[in-house]
Amino acid sequence: MKDMLSIKNLRVSIEDKEILKGIELNIKAGEVHAIMGPNGSGKSTLASVLAGREEYTITSGEVDFDGINLLDLAPEERAREGLFLAFQYPVEIPGVSGATFLKTAVNEVRKHKGLEPLDAMEFLSVMKEKMQLVEIDKSLISRPVNEGFSGGEKKRNEIFQMAMLEPKLAILDETDSGLDIDALKIVANGVNKLKSKDNAVIVITHYQRLLDFIVPDYIHVLYNGRIVKSGTRELALELEEKGYDWIKAENKEVPAV
Amino acid sequence: MDILDKVTQAEYKYGFVSDIESDAAPMGLSEDIVRFISAKKNEPEFMLEYRLKAYNHWLTMEVPKWQNVNFPDIDYQKIIYYSAPKPKKVLNSLDEVDPELRATFEKLGISLDEQKRLSNVAVDAVLDSVSVATTFRSKLAELGIIFCSFSEAVKDHPDLIKKYLGTVVPYTDNFFAALNAAVFSDGSFCYIPQGVRCPMELSTYFRINAANTGQFERTLLIAEAGSYVSYLEGCTAPVRDENQLHAAVVELIAMDRAHIKYSTVQNWYPGDKNGKGGIYNFVTKRGLCAGVESKISWTQVETGSAITWKYPGCILKGDGSIGEFYSVALTNNCQQADTGTKMIHIGKNTKSTIISKGISAGRSNNSYRGLVKINKNAHNARNFSQCDSLLMGDQCGANTFPYLEVDNSTATVEHEATTSKIGEDQIFYCNQRGISTEDAIGLIVNGYCKEVFNQLPMEFAVEAQKLLAVSLEGSVG
Repeated sequence: MKDMLSIKNLRVSIEDKEILKGIELNIKAGEVHAIMGPNGSGKSTLASVLAGREEYTITSGEVDFDGINLLDLAPEERAREGLFLAFQYPVEIPGVSGATFLKTAVNEVRKHKGLEPLDAMEFLSVMKEKMQLVEIDKSLISRPVNEGFSGGEKKRNEIFQMAMLEPKLAILDETDSGLDIDALKIVANGVNKLKSKDNAVIVITHYQRLLDFIVPDYIHVLYNGRIVKSGTRELALELEEKGYDWIKAENKEVPAV
Repeated sequence: MDILDKVTQAEYKYGFVSDIESDAAPMGLSEDIVRFISAKKNEPEFMLEYRLKAYNHWLTMEVPKWQNVNFPDIDYQKIIYYSAPKPKKVLNSLDEVDPELRATFEKLGISLDEQKRLSNVAVDAVLDSVSVATTFRSKLAELGIIFCSFSEAVKDHPDLIKKYLGTVVPYTDNFFAALNAAVFSDGSFCYIPQGVRCPMELSTYFRINAANTGQFERTLLIAEAGSYVSYLEGCTAPVRDENQLHAAVVELIAMDRAHIKYSTVQNWYPGDKNGKGGIYNFVTKRGLCAGVESKISWTQVETGSAITWKYPGCILKGDGSIGEFYSVALTNNCQQADTGTKMIHIGKNTKSTIISKGISAGRSNNSYRGLVKINKNAHNARNFSQCDSLLMGDQCGANTFPYLEVDNSTATVEHEATTSKIGEDQIFYCNQRGISTEDAIGLIVNGYCKEVFNQLPMEFAVEAQKLLAVSLEGSVG
């Protein structure tokens, strides 16, 4: 089967500092990949670059997303092609209700697919269905996007948006950060319900904990801008036990001469 | 890097010139011109006297300089003070309106046709200085409502004009109010009898068409005890290189328990992106809550004009009266706005609310200036003010000048002010959900203005949203 996402030798800098130093990663439909690593290893940078944040400079490499050169596309075009990023820090948009925001987004994606926009009634019924799926309260949707939400509510709202947009590839950027165990379970449940043979998920996390609930097929350890280790579930347990120090020791930067 | 950097000018969509012959006064201002205007309009003697008093007072006044806007001195002898579309005759039905003129209104999206009945809006259209058509007059007349051009009111209801003209905004009020009183050529008049709830939105559209013309219209609205009216005005002008002066006066009077809702969607030509041309919108608007528990609500969406300079205010004279001011003022490119309100609390238990939303983009400058005055006898007066500024890019300016004068210790006055920038994070967040940058800005700005748009009648809220989107078009790259 062809890869859905194929990242080749991706090198990325910000203000002349190289953050990603040749990422290689291949993901097929139906798979869940976890990317782990210590703070500052480049995990969130990878998520941001895939989503199309502008402040990064891509110095080399290719990213193929279902036959499309992802790096050529504007952020909104990537989203319409089916790439979704659950933000580590979801952004507040005062005065814009969650429903209005999502209706605009969903209809942009539909337009891109050549589908008719959903009218208000259709949209409401889809929303109702997805709300149940990810166990989110109606009141959160009618309030302005993320405004005054607790950390947990923001993360659940991200998963709800993911449910509404039905992406091919979802990247969850530290979705577990700041969540207590109950909230974590609800979020993980939502993600699991949305999983199918046609979509893929990248889970970015510092801790193993989330992976108890969203079970990955593959785990990659990102350190110092490179994927230094890949493996299956067991790798996560090993990291949990030993911490990241052995990874760091194994991959000591050789000082440039 | 900064995606809000590239600020360019969206094309002004209302910038056409209608080829309608006009009947104009010679350029310049003198006592003769004042007499000319009065004569042209076949006015009764009391009107001419009023104009001449105003003119003579105006001669003694100086242009105020305290506002936070800059413009070269205006040469008042280079303005044409009267311009009426020809042929000018009494119009009995819409069929008699000049087809060219009707086409103009069609372009503006103002249908003078009976279809307006469906949307329940009665329209009085003022082109250059003269009112050309008032729809639904007969339907309104059945309820005793008078809605007509100011000139007709002078002829048909001189007693009402005599009684109320200049009682809220006297010609001595300020330089531009004096000028208007001397030379105003038309405008709208509205009278709602006691206990009548006006069943439709009343609407006036103002358009400046002829070159070198100043527009000086006057609106007088009287709501008798227990009545209600919602009144809307819209404004557009053609694209011209020179600046044009618009100095209007609006007077509202609400008697006991009457409620007047006055909404403005102002989209005069703002000038080009380098600041050439555009309307100087220097307007005096004031409402008098004369009766107990009367209420006047001003809602304005100001997106046009090179300079907007106005403070729609309320004099809360009646005990328990309420004044409200909801404003969105958007400036882009080189536009300047110094706008806000005055709430004068005189009666007991009076209440005022001020919600002001400024949006600055490009190199524009946007100031909120507001006065809340609680007089000595205004026991238990309450005011709440919220003034927010939204900045787009880093070359624009936003200021807030709140003035508070409290002479009664039982008053409660609250003021909140915020300044924010449209964040690139917000835009990226929208982008990541498939929403383009332009649409994202529209969404964010409309969200920011929501409290004000909620005050507008439904269809005008939609129009205002579109207008904001158009005014900001191309303001991000």
